[in-house]
Amino acid sequence: MRPLAERRPRGSLKDPAPSKWRYRWQRWMLTPGIKAGLRIGTPLAVIGIVAAVWFSDADNRTALTARIDALKSEFQHRPEFLVTSLRIKGSDDRITADIERIVKIDFPISSFDLELEEMRRRVAALHSVQEARIKVADSGALEITVIPRVPVALWRTGDNLRLLDQNGIFTGALASRAERLDLPVIAGEGAGAHIEEALAIFARARPISDRVRGLARVGERRWDLVLDRGVRIMLPVENTMAAIDRVIALDAAQDVLERDVAVVDLRNANRPTIRMTNAAAVSYRRAGQTGAEE
Amino acid sequence: MKDLYDSQREMRKLRKAAMQRGVIAILDVGTSKIACLVLRFDGAATEPQAEGIGSMAGQSSFRVIGAATTRSRGVRFGEVEAMGETERAIRTAVQAAQKMAQVRVDHVIACLSGARPRSYGLDGAVDIEDSMVSDGDIGRVLAACDVPDYGPDREVLHAHPVNFALDHRSGMSDPRGQIGQRLTTDLHMMTVDATALQNLYFCIKRCDLELAGIASSSYASALSTLVEDEQELGAACIDMGGGSTGISVFMKKHMIYADTVRMGGDHVTGDISMGLQVPLSTAERIKTFYGGVVATGMDDREKIEIGGDTGDWEHDRRTVSRAELIGIMRPRVEEILEEARMRLDAAGFEYLPSQKIVLTGGASQIPGLDGLAAKILGQQVRLGRPLRVKGLPQAATGPAFSSGVGLTLFAAHPQDEWWDFDVPVETYPARSLKRAVKWFKDNW
Repeated sequence: MRPLAERRPRGSLKDPAPSKWRYRWQRWMLTPGIKAGLRIGTPLAVIGIVAAVWFSDADNRTALTARIDALKSEFQHRPEFLVTSLRIKGSDDRITADIERIVKIDFPISSFDLELEEMRRRVAALHSVQEARIKVADSGALEITVIPRVPVALWRTGDNLRLLDQNGIFTGALASRAERLDLPVIAGEGAGAHIEEALAIFARARPISDRVRGLARVGERRWDLVLDRGVRIMLPVENTMAAIDRVIALDAAQDVLERDVAVVDLRNANRPTIRMTNAAAVSYRRAGQTGAEE
Repeated sequence: MKDLYDSQREMRKLRKAAMQRGVIAILDVGTSKIACLVLRFDGAATEPQAEGIGSMAGQSSFRVIGAATTRSRGVRFGEVEAMGETERAIRTAVQAAQKMAQVRVDHVIACLSGARPRSYGLDGAVDIEDSMVSDGDIGRVLAACDVPDYGPDREVLHAHPVNFALDHRSGMSDPRGQIGQRLTTDLHMMTVDATALQNLYFCIKRCDLELAGIASSSYASALSTLVEDEQELGAACIDMGGGSTGISVFMKKHMIYADTVRMGGDHVTGDISMGLQVPLSTAERIKTFYGGVVATGMDDREKIEIGGDTGDWEHDRRTVSRAELIGIMRPRVEEILEEARMRLDAAGFEYLPSQKIVLTGGASQIPGLDGLAAKILGQQVRLGRPLRVKGLPQAATGPAFSSGVGLTLFAAHPQDEWWDFDVPVETYPARSLKRAVKWFKDNW
């Protein structure tokens, strides 16, 4: 007779043992590397896929860049970052005018939009500026600090008068000599490149400075010291300073320069030569004849 | 002689690798249940340095992070009988334990309860070379032990050096560094059936696990149930399992004898099943709910519904008094205990200074067993539970888990065995080089 009691359903009699592959699968999932990879890798992958899908739409991309730009400009145009005025330090009126001509800015402007380095390069490129520093100072001012070039000599080329600084760099032009009587004048081709030498010669010739008119570069190798009354002192290429000392000594001892000479030629150190002016030569000859007649 | 221990050495290496990785599994393949514990080793042991707390046998260095038990299938008398069934049962237990531990285990330490263990007491003697005992001398004296012919189909499971004696001083546990002429040793060797070992090995292998150690379950349960002074002074542990009852005798913290009675709780269940004409599952339920070994007058009045699903009212409504049930169970339990007594007598247990007997294992939970055992085994009987280890779930603290817990101690701190010492240098070609060096030293 079959039992009347209800039998257990078939499912509960199932083998509790995992199948071989299920067992292996579970062990594989419990392997530390796989576990960590799933824990970190799965969220990363999900985020990556979502991002990729979103970015694959061109509208989304443009919207995102527009939004970023808007945020960026909004931030950059906050009043804290606005530059409202230009302040120039350490320059004279002419340089200020030049700088203002170069740095054309419509104030107010955000300090993020300023190309400070480019601006500095352009200001520093001015002839009359030796060095320039630019910063956005407090109270929203763009501060340009300028160290101007100091002219130390005038260089006459043809009809022009150029101002040169210590390094022989052109700093400006003058209409007439009378504007800067304090600066010595040099002339001749290539004179601008030897400004230091010229200055040294001027310094050496200080005892006769009231008579010095200027220095002329001759043949791009040596100098002629030009005095008033058209007197020229032709200096040698070497031992220039000694030659100047010699002239000064001659002048002190024999008043050479007071006399009616046109040229004092010191190019040959062994034989300094003096050339008289024509009038002197004539009168000298005449005096000689007179003396001979006597 | 050497190649015999190669597999054991391999297992020791695997155990070291597992300790380095930090996770190892314990597998107790029993007749009635298969238990799997997953241990995590946290590097250095944090020894509690308080007053009165010992080294704790290294058990503070690990933590049980996973535990699972499943009904055993395909195992009889503690031996694998149906490989596929056992493999599936092992997979179930391992998978559940792994799931609880949330970590993958690759190395497993297993124990087996059956396989007809046989104990041998060996001794060896050797002359010390340099008058001071070195590691090499220990290896040599162990190699000098006279190994009996234990048969071709058997395998050595344990070989513990129990005692060392140097000249006339005996009872040393570690003679290294001492001065003497003649070193002798006593070795306890235990062999089991090679086929049973092989079957278990292949079952574990087929679960993609590496066997990192294997122990006898009677040894393992004694490790966890015998307290320290019992192990030191001499005690026997009787592990009453489902299909077999393991016996091990400890002395001076070393196992000196082990045996198995091929009877256990399943036989009690079988008797109930046959006596009451009920299926085995019902018999098991009746045994665990109402079982006992000492009948009282009250038990005559306690009627137990046996049940049944034949549809026959008379058959399905049978009742039996508890006294009758006890009458069925008691002879079998007595038989088991008497058999154990016989084995202990044969081993000369009565000559030990202390004759403590500790009963453990699932079948030791029968109410009144301690009273019955005292009549058969002597007065110094107690019921033992495994010692507590960190993280062990409450469900796994019963006496049925004593061999599993013992295996955790075995995994954390294995006792030195023969294969832990180096092979004597005589067998290496390095010996001749050493001799040449010695000759140079002596002559110049």
